[in-house]
Amino acid sequence: MNVASLSAGIAATVPLAEAQTVPSASEIVDCAITVNGREYALTLDPRITLLDLLRERLHLTGAKKGCDHGQCGACTVLSGGTRINSCLSLAVTHNGDFITTIEGLARNGDLHPLQAAFIEHDGFQCGYCTPGQICSAAGLLNEVRGRAKPLDDAEIRERMSGNICRCGAYPNIVAAIKAVRGRVAG
Amino acid sequence: MPSAIGEPLDRVDGRAKVTGGAVYSAENNLPGMTYAVMVTSTIAKGRVASIDSAAARRAPGIIAVLTHESKLKLAKSPDDISPDSAADRRLQLLQNDRVLYAGQPVAVVVAETLEAAQEGARLAQVRYGPETPSVSVDASLAGAFIPERLSGAGDPGRSSRGDVQAGMSQASTRLEQVYTTPFQVHNPMEPHATVAVWDGPDGLTLYDATQGIFGARKRVAGLLGLAVENVRVLSPYVGGGFGSKGPTWSHVLLCAMAAREVRRPVKLVLARPQMFGPIGCRSETRQSIAIGAKPDGTLTALKNDVVTHTSSFDDFVEPASTPTRKLYSVPNNSTTQRVVRSDIGTPSYMRAPGEAPGTFALEVAMDELAYALTMDPLALRLKNYAEQDEDGQKPWSAKSLRECYRMGAERFGWAKRSPEPGSMRDGHTLIGWGLGTAMYPARRSPASARARLNRDGSIQVEAGTQEIGGGTYTTMTQIAADGIGVEPSRVIFRLGDTQFPPTPVSGGSMTTASTGSAVYLAARALRDTIIQRAVVDRNSLLYGAKPAQIAFENGRLSRSDRPGQMETIQHFAAGLGEPYIEAIVNAAPGQEKEEFSPMSFGAQFAEVRVDADLGQVFVSRMVGAFGAGRIINAKTARSNFMGGMVWGVSFALYEHAVYDERLGRIVNNNLAEYHVPVNADIGDIDVIWVDEADHHVDPIGAKGIGEIGITGSAAAVANAVFHATGKRVRDLPITLDKLL
Repeated sequence: MNVASLSAGIAATVPLAEAQTVPSASEIVDCAITVNGREYALTLDPRITLLDLLRERLHLTGAKKGCDHGQCGACTVLSGGTRINSCLSLAVTHNGDFITTIEGLARNGDLHPLQAAFIEHDGFQCGYCTPGQICSAAGLLNEVRGRAKPLDDAEIRERMSGNICRCGAYPNIVAAIKAVRGRVAG
Repeated sequence: MPSAIGEPLDRVDGRAKVTGGAVYSAENNLPGMTYAVMVTSTIAKGRVASIDSAAARRAPGIIAVLTHESKLKLAKSPDDISPDSAADRRLQLLQNDRVLYAGQPVAVVVAETLEAAQEGARLAQVRYGPETPSVSVDASLAGAFIPERLSGAGDPGRSSRGDVQAGMSQASTRLEQVYTTPFQVHNPMEPHATVAVWDGPDGLTLYDATQGIFGARKRVAGLLGLAVENVRVLSPYVGGGFGSKGPTWSHVLLCAMAAREVRRPVKLVLARPQMFGPIGCRSETRQSIAIGAKPDGTLTALKNDVVTHTSSFDDFVEPASTPTRKLYSVPNNSTTQRVVRSDIGTPSYMRAPGEAPGTFALEVAMDELAYALTMDPLALRLKNYAEQDEDGQKPWSAKSLRECYRMGAERFGWAKRSPEPGSMRDGHTLIGWGLGTAMYPARRSPASARARLNRDGSIQVEAGTQEIGGGTYTTMTQIAADGIGVEPSRVIFRLGDTQFPPTPVSGGSMTTASTGSAVYLAARALRDTIIQRAVVDRNSLLYGAKPAQIAFENGRLSRSDRPGQMETIQHFAAGLGEPYIEAIVNAAPGQEKEEFSPMSFGAQFAEVRVDADLGQVFVSRMVGAFGAGRIINAKTARSNFMGGMVWGVSFALYEHAVYDERLGRIVNNNLAEYHVPVNADIGDIDVIWVDEADHHVDPIGAKGIGEIGITGSAAAVANAVFHATGKRVRDLPITLDKLL
């Protein structure tokens, strides 16, 4: 096959979207979501993701958009204590849910132990993946809470591998989580 | 006084970063905000035949669809780049119908919401007149040329000393091999983002994810025909750059142009796949190395002929040959760099441009030579240690590489290595130990800073610079505190605003040497002013003393000849007649570069564990030992070196932007298929450094550490893989298929 005809073939298939239903702005959905303890009554475009709702409408910009495809983990938040990729989740599916973002982890100005440990162990550099890393670590600690088997370094590494840090702070992230794990256990 | 410099101070911006309080560019949500989404080309070469935007325009919430037919005005051609700005690249700003690479912006859709803009971008129907693209070295090799200058330091496109052919004939052992490194894409976690706000027709504010606010201001002002002082660029936090946010790329201008059209603030954030093309990459390199050596390991000849890509429209050249020119003592040495033009988004600066791929090829070749000579790889390096820069024929500004080798080898346990490949097996796992040498030039550019003492006793220090993860807020705070004589907690350092004193791009590992020197000198000037005022102030206990008799430590001024007589800076400030006193300093490098070759060095050691059946490689531990000038903050420096070493692992084992050579498109343009290490891929990393203050490079003796960690580390991993498996992989990345 020659390249020009292959390229032309691709060009000819472009108007795929026309066949799809285009949601109109009038198709809105009422929704109630509790974020960091505050209940929001929202009218939502059904296309908006939980991440874009947080960042663009509620102006809770702590959760980050790194890839918008669930590949990097920067958007990690907690839904009922379970870590989720908020970019992969449509906001309207969270009606009635309790969401915690990085802004909701500190209490009355006191940092969450994970936040303090990330500072002490320098578990970040540029800081962009950090809210997702910390929320993910909080979800991890919830997952293993009460379990008899101790959480070792290899398991921390494995369980934190959904959160990419391009600055390469991984060993320090493990050290930070270990410090908190130790405190919780001890 | 205990100096603040060198202390492992926690990041002063740490709290902002762990609470979500740090505001990155895309997070500036302004009243009346609109959202722009770029439509990017699906072909790599040809023309836009037509863009049918009717369906897009009909969709709810769409404000504008901008294409080359919109005839958006510019004050000059985007191909017209300033010869004095190495960071400027040629841009694609909807000025014509040409398509030069896959992923080039061909339209911009502006809408009331992000969802509407994304929908509009999907509905814009672009038809192309495609031409056959060329993206491989082989397809374009016949047209390769030797550039006069390489990018970065502007070194010449070829170099030669002695007679390589004669040197090769004197050798008892000769090695000739070709090493290749793939296309790589920076992929900072924060996608490039710009928010543009016009203040009337002549004034523009940009919140931009950039490594260089002043470069961005100049480029934008020039292209839009604005006075530089009427453009303000703000960038207090940047979510990683690694070089990709050094140049001002097309989307920045397109955002500003869109905001001019719709007369409202516009936010434009790249989608992750749009970061594979229009914002730079590291070119593939093909390096043909020839080495000759005597039986005792003495090098007689060393040669590297490099081929890299540049784009059809720009002239960036990855300077991969430079390590071969400088790292070893060898009388006969030559390098050439040839460049092919390809139909790709233009290559540009990526972490340690030149040195990263250049040290990979050279240091694997040296490992091969060591095996050919049955010599210890570390002994071979020491045998050919360069006591001066033989390429530049100058002494090094400082060189602690011998000490780095010694300290690193000791920490790693190198002496216990059994040289035979495959000889350190642990049951089912093959263990390998490898070594590579790190090097990166110490750069410095003019920079300025302001230090101010307010009447309330607070100290405010400002410089335009950027925080991209290197810890600039923290290190500048320490430098300022040290320069004045106060505790770091008293200093507030601010950056990321073109209204602050001008500084260079956060690139080339030069922030500490450049901006740090300016901050230090401004702090010293403020200290001197305070002392001079105190000794002539009749209300001060220090009245009548000579300035030289005043010690200034921990926020206290005291007379060294009468220790009881002291005054706090708080008290001094409260007595100021004016709201503040300040010092502004413009600092610039002198002639030191003419006299010395400013360079940092290091030794990298890696241990790999390779599954004997599956070929899966895990880098279980690394030791990096560096001689990189004075270290400002032991905590952030360790992180920065470590991050570079993680990039070395990534370079060796993972990263590869794969072009479909028929279509000219990158097929793995996302973070699932463009592999970078995740937490489970990284083992123990140990970072140590030599106590080295290099006062030939700048007043604070710092040389910069942001890039050296990625140099030598990929070679250390590749050499460890050979030691484990006996398989010499010369084509990165080392994926398991190459080991089976």
